[in-house]
Amino acid sequence: MKYSVFAAAVLGASAAYADTPELTVYTYDSFVSDWGPGPAVEKAFEAQCGCDLKLVGAGDGAALLARVKLEGARSDADVVLGLDTNLTAAAAATGLFAEHGATADYSLPLAWEDATFAPYDWGYFAFVHNADAVAVPTDFKALAASDMKIVIQDPRSSTPGLGLLMWVKAAYGDEAPAVWADLADNVVTVTKGWSEAYGLFLDGEADMVLSYTTSPAYHLIAEDDATKAAAAFDEGHYMQVEVAGILAASDQPELARDFMQFMVSEEFQSVIPTTNWMYPSVTPASGLPEGFETLITPVKSLLLPATEAAALRDSALGEWLDALSR
Amino acid sequence: MARRAEPISALPGAGAALIVAALILGTLAAVALRAEAGRGFAASDWAALRFTLTQAVLSAIMSVGLAIGLARALARRRFLGRSALITLLGAPFILPVIVAILGLLTVFGRAGWISQVLMFFGLEPLQIYGLHGVVLAHVFFNLPLATRLILQGWQEIPAERFRLAAQVNAGPGAMWQLLEAPMLKRVVPGALAVVFAICLSSFAVALTLGGGPRATTIELAIYQAFRFDFDLGRAALLSALQLGLTGSAAFVALRVSDSEGVGAGLDRVLRRWDGDNHLARGLDTAWIVCAALFLILPLAAVVVAGISGLFLLNAGVWMAALTSVLVSALSTLLLLCLALPMAAAVATRRSTLIEVAGILGLAASPLVIGTGLFIVIYPFADPFALALPVTALVNAVMALPFALRILVPRAREVMMRYGRLSLSLNMAGGPFLWRVFLPRMRAQIGFAAGLAAALSMGDLGVITLFADPDVATLPLQVYRLMGAYQMEAAAGAALLLLVLSMGAFWILDRGGRWHAEA
Repeated sequence: MKYSVFAAAVLGASAAYADTPELTVYTYDSFVSDWGPGPAVEKAFEAQCGCDLKLVGAGDGAALLARVKLEGARSDADVVLGLDTNLTAAAAATGLFAEHGATADYSLPLAWEDATFAPYDWGYFAFVHNADAVAVPTDFKALAASDMKIVIQDPRSSTPGLGLLMWVKAAYGDEAPAVWADLADNVVTVTKGWSEAYGLFLDGEADMVLSYTTSPAYHLIAEDDATKAAAAFDEGHYMQVEVAGILAASDQPELARDFMQFMVSEEFQSVIPTTNWMYPSVTPASGLPEGFETLITPVKSLLLPATEAAALRDSALGEWLDALSR
Repeated sequence: MARRAEPISALPGAGAALIVAALILGTLAAVALRAEAGRGFAASDWAALRFTLTQAVLSAIMSVGLAIGLARALARRRFLGRSALITLLGAPFILPVIVAILGLLTVFGRAGWISQVLMFFGLEPLQIYGLHGVVLAHVFFNLPLATRLILQGWQEIPAERFRLAAQVNAGPGAMWQLLEAPMLKRVVPGALAVVFAICLSSFAVALTLGGGPRATTIELAIYQAFRFDFDLGRAALLSALQLGLTGSAAFVALRVSDSEGVGAGLDRVLRRWDGDNHLARGLDTAWIVCAALFLILPLAAVVVAGISGLFLLNAGVWMAALTSVLVSALSTLLLLCLALPMAAAVATRRSTLIEVAGILGLAASPLVIGTGLFIVIYPFADPFALALPVTALVNAVMALPFALRILVPRAREVMMRYGRLSLSLNMAGGPFLWRVFLPRMRAQIGFAAGLAAALSMGDLGVITLFADPDVATLPLQVYRLMGAYQMEAAAGAALLLLVLSMGAFWILDRGGRWHAEA
């Protein structure tokens, strides 16, 4: 018996669960919050699996991976949900993950061939600005030449920050250091994570913030506020594909595979756009919610293959540090 | 070795110190042992070390320097709202960093209140990002704490001394030289060490207001080693470096602080006769008004931003609030169990090692402690089930340095004034503790407990590693709300947090000061 079940039984909190199989999914904090997809996903899956789905928030994507490495093969987790393609190479290298077996007709802008990790949503990084801003730059060079002030996230502590590094690298390759050197005077500040950066932007500390093309949809749909927009960049936009995988040491492998298939089903996918504010990896039959049609569609989708992203990370980070430390 | 005659034994204190040291060093060792060969020190780590030291030294000097002036003004003046102001002084310290930063930026930012006034007059907006921004924020966080620590020093000078000085017509200069300067010599090094150590492990403040990678601190390097590289060896190495720095700073500070007490008095209400002229009154008023504005405006910004969000709070936030209150209560209790014996032990035998053990909590990275505990607990029990007690314990250890700075000077004084007398009356052990020691420590115990409760309420450290969606604490909930774009609700939850922390601080601090007037 698992320790967590044991502890729960001892505490008298949920003795009834001891008979029901339990599927533990590690994910990031915002997924499990009351406003995230967690509550709806849990309800829908429990209705069909005859099990107890336990969603556990463990910081952000990178923290999730660290957590799994820390626990190793003895982890209580059966599924890890919330890594992105910048992390999957490192995750696969741990040897802790098994094949997921889920199949779906993905609506991603690229073909999905990873047998270890399955995508549940995706989005484009973009600089979000106030809709009434004038002379919004249309590429990184124009941004660097303008006096627009931006807030970005530190690639050493956040996944969007790392995504921006990869974006510039994918768009400019060896020219990336020069682009960063020109951008340096536009960067008001660098924050630890997305929340801090977005908060600064909303407080008026910067003209633009690194976020997602889908961020304006939140303001539009949930707050009926059309004052935010994302800048379309001609170089294309780097994608973040969020994925989940099954841990090889899971004691509920079948339930875990059921969950992975559920993850790409209509019920899961239809809650993603207005709870996680990303694009679903399989567009629901009902289509995207009203408001998503107002979002920009990048002319080009950029995404470095997982192994390449992992190989480039250290050198790209070094270039970024060099350019911004001057 | 012959036992020195003391009314209470130092053994429990030494035991508590041992527990604390084992917790901090043991978790560090657990992390180091789990490590595979890491990549060691990089050039960027040295740059991080330099920046960390520079900002910590500047922040400590600025905070304590300003605190001396403010504490003196507060010690000399009695005015309406004085005690409310002193309570409010506890506030910046306990806010989640991001909330405090947003509050500061609402006042000092590019689009902030001051910048708007400047721009109205055609001037450039304030430029807050950079080293000066980091120091500004650290002064905002630490000036209140330093002020309270130094104010305690002023209050420990017996009122009879000032009465006597006034009787022999000693002017402000003489009073300074005879009474105040020696007291400062005793209190200031400790305050400097505490603020220095707090700023040493600064991470989110330094990063956000530092303006970019130039403002990298060791704590960020530790964070990166964990989160992205999972290089436990490097994390442990950097963490040991941070501990070493704080440990030596603490050691130096404790060595130079003079432990001589100021002599016995009858615990009378303090009155000052030296500040009764226009110049002194004007100067003190200026100090108090400026400091109050500096501290209260950003808090007001937090309140303004949060009020409408209060109506958006749902059951999850209230549950998180309840959890935070419970953790905070447990943490305060644990803190007192550790700090009181340690303070008594330090007071009886000047054991610097015990004090250093107490101050280590400041420099230990919560991430390292959390990970270490995770490694240690994991083979035996479910870390989730222990999330709350572990968080409470770590918070208690983190608050210990502050508690000791508050408790130790007073404990020394009580021991010096009443120790021999009590022994000659054959009053040692329990009776001394209950009848002499604890009653005289009451104000300091209240202050320390209030600070610990408030700190624990606002802490977002270990919980992130152990958290389970059902046991979110309020600061964690603030971050989760922000991550889900619920900025207004997050502001409301932050305001709730501010109110709860201030409430906990006020109740405990007030309870301890039932007869004092500070």
